[in-house]
Amino acid sequence: MSSLLIKNLRKSYGSVEVLKDINLEAKSGEFVALVGPSGCGKSTLLSIIAGLESVTSGEVLIEDKLVNNEAPKDRDIAMVFQSYALYPTMTVRQNMTFGMECRNIDKATQDDTITRVAALLQIEPLLNRKPGQLSGGQRQRVAMGRALVRDPKLFLFDEPLSNLDAKLRVEMRSEIKKLHQNVGRTTVYVTHDQIEAMTLATRIAVMHQGVLQQYAAPKEIYENPANVFVAGFMGSPNMNFFSARFVSSDAESGIALEGGDGALLPLPDGQYDHLTDGQPVIFGVRPEHFNPAHEGRAARKGNTSAVVSVAIEMDEPTGSETILMCKIAQQEAIVVCEPDEAPEPGTTMAFEIDMSKISLFDPSTEERL
Amino acid sequence: MAETTHQAFDPLATGSHARQLRAKFTVYALLVFFALLYLSPLVIIFMNSFRPLEEIVREGFISAPNALSAQYWVEAWSSFCIGGNCEGVSRYFSNTLIMTIPATILSTAFGVVNGYALSKWRFKYDTWVFGLITLGVFLPAQMTLLPWAFVLGKIGLSNTIGGLVLVHTVQGISFTTLFCRNYFVAVPDDLIKAARIDGAGFWRIFRRIMLPLSPPILIVCVIWQFTGIWNEFLFGTVFTSGSNQPITSAIVAFSGSGTGERHYNVEAASVIFAALPPLCVYVLGGKYFVRGLTSGAVK
Repeated sequence: MSSLLIKNLRKSYGSVEVLKDINLEAKSGEFVALVGPSGCGKSTLLSIIAGLESVTSGEVLIEDKLVNNEAPKDRDIAMVFQSYALYPTMTVRQNMTFGMECRNIDKATQDDTITRVAALLQIEPLLNRKPGQLSGGQRQRVAMGRALVRDPKLFLFDEPLSNLDAKLRVEMRSEIKKLHQNVGRTTVYVTHDQIEAMTLATRIAVMHQGVLQQYAAPKEIYENPANVFVAGFMGSPNMNFFSARFVSSDAESGIALEGGDGALLPLPDGQYDHLTDGQPVIFGVRPEHFNPAHEGRAARKGNTSAVVSVAIEMDEPTGSETILMCKIAQQEAIVVCEPDEAPEPGTTMAFEIDMSKISLFDPSTEERL
Repeated sequence: MAETTHQAFDPLATGSHARQLRAKFTVYALLVFFALLYLSPLVIIFMNSFRPLEEIVREGFISAPNALSAQYWVEAWSSFCIGGNCEGVSRYFSNTLIMTIPATILSTAFGVVNGYALSKWRFKYDTWVFGLITLGVFLPAQMTLLPWAFVLGKIGLSNTIGGLVLVHTVQGISFTTLFCRNYFVAVPDDLIKAARIDGAGFWRIFRRIMLPLSPPILIVCVIWQFTGIWNEFLFGTVFTSGSNQPITSAIVAFSGSGTGERHYNVEAASVIFAALPPLCVYVLGGKYFVRGLTSGAVK
């Protein structure tokens, strides 16, 4: 059974179409991350699911029930806002009981629920405080508590962590994940942070300019991005894109980088048989799929790697890894390597590319080949 | 509070000692001069309200009192004849009171609801509605005289306090709506969204979320409306007459009527009665007025 189903959804403000034919399905208990740059329509999509925005055309179904024209309160959802949206004049307890009060739930049940949720989130000592007396992390917890007192069909999160500092964000991220594992409710989570999406979601919907670019499991998105946008948006540092050509002759076949020495980078067998000789391609390699060339490593990896010469221009050591700004065949590139293997800026070094993990895109459509 | 977080730069405390003294003296001398200038009418009227009439006639209006008596206040309140009615200003004072209080409450109540609806709910032509309501702020009162006279006549409220309550309520809604709407705009929309998801409707959100945030702007509306309606003169003079007039219109009688001697002392006391309530409101509520206009809704 699908918990959330979105069919051919469109949303326009006047002549501006902000959501273009969105199709999305979340199975029961799934954690779906909507991710994309600002203005991609992800928050609008969430508002539409919540019933805070109307639909221009298409259908939204929650547990197989069409909710296009249902008020937010009748959709059985709970939402956590980026600004937390705690009622400033009410105490934490009143913030959490307000929804139950609106739904005419008796006092005893309200108290039981508050006790249970407060224990779950460890906010018992805060119950009689006002939101203004809480720290950012505490407000975040209370906002989640307000969602949890209801046992909804759907949890909606709208960039809940973006107002927290970096350290707290990582802490709350794992708490949200733990919470989702405990509660097991279908969750839709909007974020612009691809790491949040990768770590939390069971499926990620990448959006750009109102179009759903790819909807798949995090591993699939990372390894087989559907197009140049997804490839570039997911992963940090960004994927390298080289302009290149596919060259095929009787003797050998592979990828030739534009501006390079003409050496062919061999492709794995079987996967790219549909390419034709001389076809231009965008050759995408993630920075972490470069390795300093060592004798014998290529053979050990089953001959799936190709060696390129990398001219290092600048390095950025982060401690755990070193990011190298460099040029490969005159084209800008970023390479990540272990700190103790990092070459000096100004030198040239041979790196292997793991060819089983590369992506090829069509330069005209930017779609995956 | 923000004032205590940093030490303000004091330009009077710079330069040589002589310069500091000179600068301070100049500033305070000017302040005292203008304070006296602005306070003098009040002080003169206040003093005359205690002086016997002969003394005022003999020594002139501006003079220190010799003999003081509170009897003119009693006379002004209860037995002085104004426009042929010898009940003192008490009748007109209560006229104004029973006009001002309902009109203040009603216009504030409508303004708060309007402001909430116009700032937090979208509906068709909402900006037009808001524009038309606030147009009333800029409309000169004289322009509304004839339409109001027509309306009051039609519904049978000519020359009644009730009629004035209606006029002031409607005229006041423009201001209160503008104040409240601008105040509520600063309340985050997410609060309303969260409440809607929680299952609250229009009125519950108003009662439980907006109203508890409103005291600063309610105080502004009440002070503005109370003092405005109390001091209002044009509508009272045009739409009521005789014993139905509010106090501001009634004391106009002091300026005309050439016959008989002028009771400057009693008139002075009457004028102070007329000015007392708004004066108290300003003195007691001025601080909250400024705070309400400058503070945001949610800190």
